[in-house]
Amino acid sequence: MINIVWGIVFVLLAPVIGGLVAGIDRKITARMQGRVGPSILQPFYDVGKLFEKEQAVVNETQIFYAICYFIFMIFTGALFFASGDLLLVVFALTLAQIFLVLGAFSANSPYSYVGAERELLQIMAYEPMVIITAVGMYVATKSFNVGDIATTTVPIVLLLPGIFLGFLYVLTIKLRKSPFDISTSHHAHQEIVKGVTTEFSGPSLGLIEITHWYETIFLLGFVYLFFGFNPLIGVVAVIIVYLLEILIDNTNARVKWQLAVKSSWLIAIIVGVVNLAALYFLAGGVP
Amino acid sequence: MTYLAKSPWIIHYDASSCNGCDIEILACLTPMYDVERFGIINTGNPKHADIFVVTGSVNEQNREVILNIYNQMPDPKVAVAVGICATSGGVFRECYNVAGGIDKLIPVDVYVMGCAARPESIIDGIVTALGILEKKRSEGASAPVVTDHHMNKEHHKHAEGGVQ
Repeated sequence: MINIVWGIVFVLLAPVIGGLVAGIDRKITARMQGRVGPSILQPFYDVGKLFEKEQAVVNETQIFYAICYFIFMIFTGALFFASGDLLLVVFALTLAQIFLVLGAFSANSPYSYVGAERELLQIMAYEPMVIITAVGMYVATKSFNVGDIATTTVPIVLLLPGIFLGFLYVLTIKLRKSPFDISTSHHAHQEIVKGVTTEFSGPSLGLIEITHWYETIFLLGFVYLFFGFNPLIGVVAVIIVYLLEILIDNTNARVKWQLAVKSSWLIAIIVGVVNLAALYFLAGGVP
Repeated sequence: MTYLAKSPWIIHYDASSCNGCDIEILACLTPMYDVERFGIINTGNPKHADIFVVTGSVNEQNREVILNIYNQMPDPKVAVAVGICATSGGVFRECYNVAGGIDKLIPVDVYVMGCAARPESIIDGIVTALGILEKKRSEGASAPVVTDHHMNKEHHKHAEGGVQ
């Protein structure tokens, strides 16, 4: 059953909360590095400024792909919060990400190309774990419906501890945090200029930034699903997970893409598949 | 409503600088001075930058690079010449390979003195540049694409096959 109200709430509130989360992230990062750090509203200033700048792109197609990325990320998040089908959400997420890659490929720039190829590798790296997570949720609750999973009384995290850890591992990739910020990154970190976003400037870059806020809120919602049996524990867990991501971001150097792909697949196989297998055996065969 | 002055992203280019000014620019990013508290971020990408910070003077090797970076930056944009070499060529201005300050090539909006320029004066220069940036935005002025006429002339001066 689709819950339109929650979908609309997500579309309206996610950029506000996502921007604040990004601002708090930058503030905490600065404090961890012994700096004062920018204002918590800094991400909003940045995006406001980007919309005041000239739209300088290599070709018009790039803007189209940036808008598609924006729309499909909103669709992904709205579908998730409106209690859609979890598998459809995962596929829509991939589609949104592919539009960003196409946007980067449409500009004939070596930095943009390398960034786009790395983005594809990142998608390859996190995708198995995300699908295993969706399957794990189904095995635990007998439903792919996000609404059912979020309101279940089954303590999902206790049934899926391995999958939860594996999901946290790929969450670092999705949030573009070190050590897996290989295609593009936040703050002032640089690698191959700016990866996928190298050839975007002005309003289209601002759009990509807002899209990332939507994505952050959607991913934190995904983390909440593991704790759907108790909303209080859920919210606390989401906050702890994000703080943990900031800590990992600040204490790790960027790794090579080979390690990123290999390790996330290895983790998906070891903790994800083993967790699923254990669940099947405990339930006495395939339910 | 303007956000430009609250989020200036800079791109730093070392044009034949001795690294003295470059180290002072990097010092601005350290916890001691922490320019990120003003929203200033050092980007590596001219397409994301608002302020072009150049250290060192113009020579034959870096003419094209300076022009390329400046022309790729989206409007509104400003250029800041940091250090005496970027301002006028400094002690190197008489050298056979040095053309002079950055303003020989691109329109410079702010000059930051010093050898090496101190972090405080660099931050002061950037903050001055913010006012100019805001003025350019309100006027809706777009900087012209800068081309290097001097470079073409130089090519004619060389004898055919001399360099090869």
